[in-house]
Amino acid sequence: MSVIKVQHISKHFGTLKAVDDLSFEVQEGQVFGFLGQNGSGKSTTIRMLLSLIHPSSGTIEIFGKSLAHHRNEILEQVGAIIERPDLYPYLSAQEHLQLFAKVRKQKIEKAAIQNTLEKVGLANRASDKVQTFSLGMKQRLGIAIALVHNPRLIILDEPTNGLDPQGIADIRQLIQYLSKEEGKTVFVSSHLLSEIEQVASQLLIIHKGKKMVEGNTKDLLDPQKRIVQIKSTNDELALQVIVAGSFSNYLLSRKEGVFLKIPTYEIPMLNESLIKAGVAVLGIETKNSLEDYFLQITSNA
Amino acid sequence: MWSLISVELYKIFRRPRTYIAFGAIAALIVVIQLGLKIDGNSYAAFLMKDINDTLTVDGKVLNGYLICYILLQLLLVHVPLLVALIAADMLSGEANLGTLRLLFSTPYSRTQWVFAKFIAASVYTILLLIWLAFLALFVSMWVFGTDDLFLMKSNYVVLIEQNDVLWRYVGAFVFASFSLLTVTSLGFLMSSMANNSIGPIVGTMSAIVFFTILSTLNIPLFTIVKPYLFTTHMNNWKEFFDIKVNASNEAVHGSILNIAKIKNSLWVLTLHIILFVSTSIFIIKKKDILS
Repeated sequence: MSVIKVQHISKHFGTLKAVDDLSFEVQEGQVFGFLGQNGSGKSTTIRMLLSLIHPSSGTIEIFGKSLAHHRNEILEQVGAIIERPDLYPYLSAQEHLQLFAKVRKQKIEKAAIQNTLEKVGLANRASDKVQTFSLGMKQRLGIAIALVHNPRLIILDEPTNGLDPQGIADIRQLIQYLSKEEGKTVFVSSHLLSEIEQVASQLLIIHKGKKMVEGNTKDLLDPQKRIVQIKSTNDELALQVIVAGSFSNYLLSRKEGVFLKIPTYEIPMLNESLIKAGVAVLGIETKNSLEDYFLQITSNA
Repeated sequence: MWSLISVELYKIFRRPRTYIAFGAIAALIVVIQLGLKIDGNSYAAFLMKDINDTLTVDGKVLNGYLICYILLQLLLVHVPLLVALIAADMLSGEANLGTLRLLFSTPYSRTQWVFAKFIAASVYTILLLIWLAFLALFVSMWVFGTDDLFLMKSNYVVLIEQNDVLWRYVGAFVFASFSLLTVTSLGFLMSSMANNSIGPIVGTMSAIVFFTILSTLNIPLFTIVKPYLFTTHMNNWKEFFDIKVNASNEAVHGSILNIAKIKNSLWVLTLHIILFVSTSIFIIKKKDILS
């Protein structure tokens, strides 16, 4: 079942297209990685998922219901942190959880608060005011707030920002625990592939508001397959050959060049097909990893 | 809805800034009361210097009722500035802090949130007024005692029997609550348009100063708009202390000279409150939360 179904959403701020015709689906229980550089449109998309920003066009369905028409019903089952962990400096960690539990009309025992704080490693700072917290600690508290009402869908926007390596590992573990042990659907964004690839089962890369590539993380990271970029004098013709032939399943992206994720042994056959079809192949450039690919497409244009 | 209001009240009263206004009012009132307690007779003599030749006043002129009137005249002009400190920060402060997105991604509509915040800010305003009433009226009654209220207006004097005074203060404070709630709603409107606290606080204060000047200027051009300005009506609590007289020029116990003026002012203030809050809701509903 689709927990999130986004269809052709766009968001314009004046002449700036922050999100451009974006579509994707997130399945129940999945950890969905949403990857893109800073300013690529990740946070705008997440704000649209939480109805903080009104899309210029397109539709969003969450739990099979339209967000525009069933906003409150949907948000009851969603927990989120959005960008920076901004909190009330004059309240303690414990008071934050009590406050947001009250907003959600949840009666929460002290033990449950302690348990949630333990999950994010803040149990020993429960009574301290947030103004004494480091950025990493605020980030952890933000996650605790997102979890306090036991939501079905958790949206985490750059959850490891400001965390030290141990903190990053802890959050990674927490995401995996929430997905595997508690069956939650987790939508997690980041600008670091290395962070996402370890937790996400599905991956979407966004650049300048447009979807660049989407796929199964294992498949995208499969060492048996290589990411290659076809360099030719006629990319359009090369694309036609690929789409029409047996290589269409390997097509990764056509937006910032022709990229394929293809088993190594099929690269000569691909080359042969292109030449036979009259494509002047200048080169088939192999990328070492998804990271190289990510860096290349996001640094282009 | 109650849970949202209680959350907003909790946040207001956990902030140190909230208590500045309570402290400022207490400090001002205590200083004025202390001054009048020590040197009140000179002050009373100064007030009555023009009528001493024609009128003899028996009893205690400088009593708790008069002190309260003096305090209200001095303070009710400045309390709006203290109200603006909190009201104008209710939405913009959260936008600045980044917590507005936390609130607006909960299963409540923005209208509910704005309404809850306005109610909470109104509770703060009313509590501030009750605090003012307690210090200005009841503490003054306790310290200075009670007697008939003798007021000097611009070209006449008013003498109200002491058993006819207290209800007038109740009326005046109820009226003042409408005036201050208008300021609260104006602060709210300013707050809905900004993403930082300073702008709306300064904006609210500037708007009050600007419209107060327009209300007091006797230029024909402004006379047309004056009746519609909230600042023209904010000080009409004083109407509770103007009484009718009979044919023998004796005060009519329990009367108010111009009750229609009070009613009209209450209507104008209420309409301003509705207008300001509705506009705030409209702005917030349309707004993209980017902070």
